[in-house]
Amino acid sequence: MFRRNLIAVAVALTCAVPAYAQDAELAKIRGEIKQMRDSYEKRIQELEKRLSEAESKAGKAETTANKAEQSAGRAEGAVVAASAARGAGRSAENSFNPAMSLILQGSYARTSRDPNQYRINGFVPSGGEVGPPKRSFGLNETELNFSANIDPYFRGVAIAALAPEGGIAVEEAYFQTLALPEGLTLKGGRYFSGLGYLNEQHQHAWDFRDAPLPYKAFLGNQYKQDGVQLKWLAPTDLFMEVGAELAAGDRYPGSAQNKNGIGSSSLFGHLGGDIGVSTAWRAGLSHLWTSPKDRSYTDTDALGGTVTNSFTGRAKLLALDGVLKWAPNGNATERNFKLQGEYFRLKQDGTLTYDDTAQTTPQFGTLRSGNLQTDQSGYYLQGVWQFYPRWRVGYRYDALRYGTLNNGVLAAGPTAADMPLLANHSPSRNTLMLDFSATEFSRFRLQLAADKSRSGAADNQIMLQYIHSLGAHGAHKF
Amino acid sequence: MKQVYKWFCGAACALFALPAFAAFNIFACTPEWGALAKELAGEKANIYTATNALQDPHHVEARPSLIARARSADLVVSTGADLEVGWLPLVLTQSGNPKIRAGQPGNFEASRFVVMLEVPASLDRSQGDVHPGGNPHIHLDPRNMAKVAAALGERMAQLDVADAVGYRQRTQNFLERWQQAILRWEKEGAPLKGMAVVGYHRNMTYLNAWLGIREIGSLEPKPGLPPTTAHMSELLTRLASDPAKAVVRSAYNDPRAAEWLTGNAKIPAVTLPFTVGGSDKAKDLFGLFDDTIARLLAVAK
Repeated sequence: MFRRNLIAVAVALTCAVPAYAQDAELAKIRGEIKQMRDSYEKRIQELEKRLSEAESKAGKAETTANKAEQSAGRAEGAVVAASAARGAGRSAENSFNPAMSLILQGSYARTSRDPNQYRINGFVPSGGEVGPPKRSFGLNETELNFSANIDPYFRGVAIAALAPEGGIAVEEAYFQTLALPEGLTLKGGRYFSGLGYLNEQHQHAWDFRDAPLPYKAFLGNQYKQDGVQLKWLAPTDLFMEVGAELAAGDRYPGSAQNKNGIGSSSLFGHLGGDIGVSTAWRAGLSHLWTSPKDRSYTDTDALGGTVTNSFTGRAKLLALDGVLKWAPNGNATERNFKLQGEYFRLKQDGTLTYDDTAQTTPQFGTLRSGNLQTDQSGYYLQGVWQFYPRWRVGYRYDALRYGTLNNGVLAAGPTAADMPLLANHSPSRNTLMLDFSATEFSRFRLQLAADKSRSGAADNQIMLQYIHSLGAHGAHKF
Repeated sequence: MKQVYKWFCGAACALFALPAFAAFNIFACTPEWGALAKELAGEKANIYTATNALQDPHHVEARPSLIARARSADLVVSTGADLEVGWLPLVLTQSGNPKIRAGQPGNFEASRFVVMLEVPASLDRSQGDVHPGGNPHIHLDPRNMAKVAAALGERMAQLDVADAVGYRQRTQNFLERWQQAILRWEKEGAPLKGMAVVGYHRNMTYLNAWLGIREIGSLEPKPGLPPTTAHMSELLTRLASDPAKAVVRSAYNDPRAAEWLTGNAKIPAVTLPFTVGGSDKAKDLFGLFDDTIARLLAVAK
């Protein structure tokens, strides 16, 4: 350090030497500097040599130590001690920071019909953000993930979604047990329900930009719960798990309500396994029960005024799901194929109340009620083929069946023209996608869709999307 | 709908009747650890190997079958050093099996017992698929295998106390045979010292370090990235001034890039089994190294 200062001073002096300084003097100073530099370099070289010698000695020592340990038959403890010693000194205040990762998403969209007017005709609106993205360039949700073991008994996960227009929404925030015996796992907090297949996966892990129609119509895009989930995995070679959930049930098909007790309950079961080395599969059956109270949506009556319709009653959802993944010899790096499909059936039974009293010149002016019974279903089937490393192409067909919808309100005054959203329509959609993933952390996707969610002409959509993830390496569910 | 439930419950009951209650269940993440477990546990244990030699160990899915097998495992043997980071943590959490959680005796990470090579000085994903703990493909140095075997045998003895003596005996026996084999391999492999090769992924580092093989380049431009034409032509230019004896790839790597380079650089390609099951002769750990050295010697002349 002292020498370096000296050099600095010398350099400074050299510069400061006035113009009349004799060349001889300058040469002398330069010579001195050179000497200092040379001796410095020599010493550094010596130090480096000593360091490498010490390192190789340490390496040799370790090898001999290991050999000795092996023959003594007590290798493990000592090596652990050795590696612990190697790792010592790393402890810092941030050593226990949770694993963090961030998902960046954005899109460019072009749609032939106005995304703000998006409806799924023939179905009670589910209240989720189910429409296509806004036109032109747009930022999608930025997702922030944290996870870590809390202590030997619990693990914690929190996922926050930063909305492009500002604000933070808690996507998931739950604890999960680590130490329950007999294959039991308990989860509590806010989490995506275990029903269906796609529901538990995060939107950025989906193979298409948006959810299939049955998810949009029956679960408001994706069903998250505030509640508890108990899962049991059977001790069999065949994958077999069953789970039960109790939750507040404040999201569609349930509704937020100020009441004690449980708002929704669900049961699900999954089976899974391998067929040879190349194919893996999973199939599931789930059921959800919930009792919405005053679950409302707005519609437009025959005169163009806004009407609020609210439903009180029971809703039951049945879901069947299946997924099959194939890769030659199970090596998905080069080529692989994924076939997946789900079937949902939602039955509702209760009272629907038609309310136009908020209008200044209402048609009726009083509440009109009637029995509402629905039995509607939907499904999707999709295949995604990785035909070349990094490149995948996929096709999805999704459709909803109007089924039965008995609307007793129509006998109490209002006509079908006053409730256009519930008019007979069976939506369907064809979607094609092509994506490129430079690595497992980055993906660009082109998606084309002809969407007949609305009655009338198909909405032709073109979307370009990116999904990038940075930070801790997350593991994706099967 | 009732019928569906009946069917579901019926199936559930039928399957529940056949649980995998074996004496000692070992879940090996990759074939080499499965083979090692077999040497040390003998006939006493029930060993399940999660992947095969034709699968890229970096890209494995958390398949339902893996979760089911992990559920009843008494010991999980993995490489560690983040090799299985894309799937194993999920399998462990989903399995609901507290015995095999990270940090428990039932969770054995082989890379903790060897000296790691290529530990990155700085961590940045622009460098490709780098592992913070160092290069995780440790098993192709048989001296590492010996260290891991000693530690694993001891761990098995601790966990399956009833047969502790047996595990220690088998481990001792294996290590004796293994040390002799190492001497033989080192003698056989002596001509390989200094041989220049082109690799595919940096998964032969430990093998090269042991035998003194010089890897002058990889087909992957950066670890984990597929070969590109630009990088391949650059390699070809480099080979003109610094010629290599062969292009070396493992059984699970795509052959096309290696074929292109062998065609253009007029050097042979050699496919190494990489792990047990990667070739007909690599039936066990001894066969793996016998075959690896034989295949390298074939191109070294």
